[in-house]
Amino acid sequence: MADRVGPVADATFDPARFARLLSGLGHNAWLGLGYVAHGPDWVDLRLPYADTLIGDPDTGVLASGPIVALMDMATSMAVWTRVAAFMPLATLDLRVDYLRAAVSGRAVIGHGECYRLTRRIGFVRGQAHDGDPDDPVAHVAGTFMFTDAA
Amino acid sequence: MMQLPPYARTLGILIHEDDDPDVAPHLRLPPADHLMGRPGFLHGGALSGLLEMAGILAARQAFGDAYVAIKPIGMTVDFLRGARFVPTFARGLLVRNGARITAVAVHAWQDDETRPVATARMNLSLAR
Repeated sequence: MADRVGPVADATFDPARFARLLSGLGHNAWLGLGYVAHGPDWVDLRLPYADTLIGDPDTGVLASGPIVALMDMATSMAVWTRVAAFMPLATLDLRVDYLRAAVSGRAVIGHGECYRLTRRIGFVRGQAHDGDPDDPVAHVAGTFMFTDAA
Repeated sequence: MMQLPPYARTLGILIHEDDDPDVAPHLRLPPADHLMGRPGFLHGGALSGLLEMAGILAARQAFGDAYVAIKPIGMTVDFLRGARFVPTFARGLLVRNGARITAVAVHAWQDDETRPVATARMNLSLAR
């Protein structure tokens, strides 16, 4: 993972501020998503562990839905960070591979990266981990469309 | 009656059992503030959670009373239309029910089942 960097000087999209706004609204608020760090084309968000997010009562392992929500937000914020502006986006598709179960009780960190931009489409990928970025719980790849683009 | 995990219950997912026992039950998710994404629309994560639960339920239904541990391997979601803030439904269909892997196709709809708002493909690992 790249070193943590501060806000880009000419950016008009501030991921930390945006995450604070989000954390008071709707589904992201319910999940408790919070800002961790960002770079020129990536954003890290944190999903706190909660009993209400359990998908398998036998193990206490989190359901996949909250991980999808975390990665959808981390990757879309990575697109806005890379274009340095908030632009309306629609998620076209998102693929998630569950590499292993997240450990019960641990927060999950979602690392979202925008690796390619065209006029209409942002291509993203990312990993989610529960403490060690080299031992991820999930890998994602997806595409977003700029809905205001011609 | 099948039991849903805590995540599905707190999301607000309800099971609708079809009259035909061979048809997988479909799920219903009523709109609620904690499901909101961009204003006026359902969050993609909540919609994905609904699709996932419908896929797992379809597999459970096929196994009947046999105990089978189900582990999701991966899921690909296509978001086809903006999901408005109205009741949303989802149903899973088994594409291939193998000994070790079950492949499931899931679709979610709002007013009209023939116009899905999202579809998903899931592979589930089975331990019988």
